[in-house]
Amino acid sequence: MSEHEPVAPVPPAGTSTVTDLADGEWHRLHPATPLFRGGLAFIAIIGVIIVNLRDRILELWFGYDDINTGPGDLEADAIDFLVREELIIVALLAALGVLLLLIAGFYFSWRMHTFRITGEAVEVRSGILFRTNRKGRLDRIQGINVGRPFVPRLFGAAKLEISVAGNDANVQLAYLRSRDADALRRDILLLASGARRDTAASPGAPSATGIGGMLDERVGELLAPELDVELTEPKSIVHMSPGRLIGSTFLSETFIILVIMLAAIVVSAVVSGELFLLFAMLPGVIGIGGFLVARITRSLRYSIASTPDGVRVGFGLLSTTNETLPPGRIHSVRVSQPLLWRPFGWWQIAVNRASRSSQSGAAGQQQTTILPVGSLDDVRAVLGLLLPEAASPERQALLEQGLLGTGPGEGGEFRVSPPRARVLRWFSRRRNGFALSPEAVLLRTGAIWRGLVVVPFPRMQSVSVHQGPLLRALRLASVHAHTVAGPISPTLGALDVTDAGRFFDDVAASALRAAQADTSPRWRAGAVDAAPSASAASTTAESETATDPAEPA
Amino acid sequence: MSTADHDSELDSDLAATVAPTATSYTARRLERPETEWQRVSPRYIVVDMISTLITGVIVTVGSLIPFWLGWEQGWMLGAGFAALFLIVLAVTPRRVRSIGYLLREDDLLFRRGIMFQRFVAVPYGRMQLVDISRGPIARAFGLGELKFVTAAASSGVLIPGLPLDTAEELRDHLVAVAETRRAGL
Repeated sequence: MSEHEPVAPVPPAGTSTVTDLADGEWHRLHPATPLFRGGLAFIAIIGVIIVNLRDRILELWFGYDDINTGPGDLEADAIDFLVREELIIVALLAALGVLLLLIAGFYFSWRMHTFRITGEAVEVRSGILFRTNRKGRLDRIQGINVGRPFVPRLFGAAKLEISVAGNDANVQLAYLRSRDADALRRDILLLASGARRDTAASPGAPSATGIGGMLDERVGELLAPELDVELTEPKSIVHMSPGRLIGSTFLSETFIILVIMLAAIVVSAVVSGELFLLFAMLPGVIGIGGFLVARITRSLRYSIASTPDGVRVGFGLLSTTNETLPPGRIHSVRVSQPLLWRPFGWWQIAVNRASRSSQSGAAGQQQTTILPVGSLDDVRAVLGLLLPEAASPERQALLEQGLLGTGPGEGGEFRVSPPRARVLRWFSRRRNGFALSPEAVLLRTGAIWRGLVVVPFPRMQSVSVHQGPLLRALRLASVHAHTVAGPISPTLGALDVTDAGRFFDDVAASALRAAQADTSPRWRAGAVDAAPSASAASTTAESETATDPAEPA
Repeated sequence: MSTADHDSELDSDLAATVAPTATSYTARRLERPETEWQRVSPRYIVVDMISTLITGVIVTVGSLIPFWLGWEQGWMLGAGFAALFLIVLAVTPRRVRSIGYLLREDDLLFRRGIMFQRFVAVPYGRMQLVDISRGPIARAFGLGELKFVTAAASSGVLIPGLPLDTAEELRDHLVAVAETRRAGL
């Protein structure tokens, strides 16, 4: 294979990328794209119509007469009318015309749907009558997701979704050839990182010839592990065992609600003798049940691994998604433990991100759940990937104190609520507290539902401190660290008023310092010479702090 | 450009009015060592009172409809709303005087509230955009409000009651300092 051979150094001019899709020219998508994007439904509709008309057609061709159609059959009436009025030819022509028009529409929409990837942006043009042009800046990339819905996956196609900061501001390349999608992701990340790798390992894929070869390739892709071995250095650091996944689902609050609902229905149906109650509640039960099943199947082949360009998280059994999050795109992390998971030591990790993906993640939830369920060791490993600085080995003791500890800890790292806050924090008074490390702020809450929120300073937007009349009477205050919107809201209530004031000052100062030193917009620009094309891409003025190599974002 | 540009219009002794006096009070309250807060224009008190009055009249009249329709005790509803809005009106001057901002070296400090106090610190580099908007009443008094928007919706820095030229100066200043201290998302 070519990656074992010494690769000839590529001349520095030009981008050294794996595919030719990232060469700055306009490219088209996978030719079968219209089929995947609604064409299949269209064919299915035609099939249904043909099946329904089969009897009619037989009658027409062979002159059967004994088919009785019900008087209320609208479709049959319409056809009777057409036959009676001898409009059958006109009708067929009209149907053919519509068909041709639709096919032409699909074809042209494919022709007009083009994309290009330059050193500074990903651009997509689409639409026949109403042209749209969407451009995502590479230094604002929050993550790249390769999604393979089941049917396109059978045909060896994949969807590449580039998440840019903002609500639904994503650039979608749907669909590409599966292999291209993986390689293109690497190219885009390479361009976005601001570094220039002089070696470009070619995918080294012998192109399959003939139908047999194509089938082999398809089967190989279906059975292949979700993480492309060639592009991933280490293996997934977390092994998701089916037992734990199913157990955690059965012990989740959703499942308990389902059981209670079922019990309530059965009891009320038995007591009242009205069986229709069973059916009335059925849709809700099916909905929740489906959610739980989807959660299990999606998470069964969960994987998370570290790559040079960030963390890669993969999900899915039949439809798969596989997302790469470049460094510094995680705005806050919450590790939490529902009450029922506690005997087993299971935890769950969610994150706040600046972009909202339209594809759903692990448990049918948004792609904010990074680890659906894991042991304490898994949590340590995943945190180490997500926040390399804030969860470095020397911070592990602090994190552990945040996850499991109560009270201020041995070194008094955590400032907890004072005793007079017991009125507001009945059980968690000694757990409710914060700690500041040089890299992040840690907010620890809950004695029954334990949780720890970590907000890295370089991502924090602002900080505030609040006090209402009730807190004032108790000489308490609450603090908030503001991050981009998401499932996590990093707040901590019922702190001593002087502690809260100190928190406010310290966090504001640390956030300022961290923001100035942050290089994550072009995460490799500091390591290698910044790519000239990438630096030239910055339209705004260069940062005036001369030591800061980061491009203004 | 410096912070001194902004207090030209503003009443300097306003700062003293919200400074706490009783010590026991101080210990319970959130307080900041900073004293040189920039305050909003006193004219904003009038603006705020007028808009409270308009809302109050509409709500009170609306709540009296059941009374006119024949509900005997309905007047109590109207009276309750009227009393509520009178209290809000009464504390408006103090509430407005509690709003303040301070341009520090690298971040903007903003405070508001007497009963529900809130202090926010936003680094200039986190600015995504600055918005100046003017409602009809505020415009009649030559005032506008300035909104400092970051990537976090919860930052919520909205400085009302700025004289228009102050608001524009402040906006230009914020854009200029944000440019030199730019940070990523």
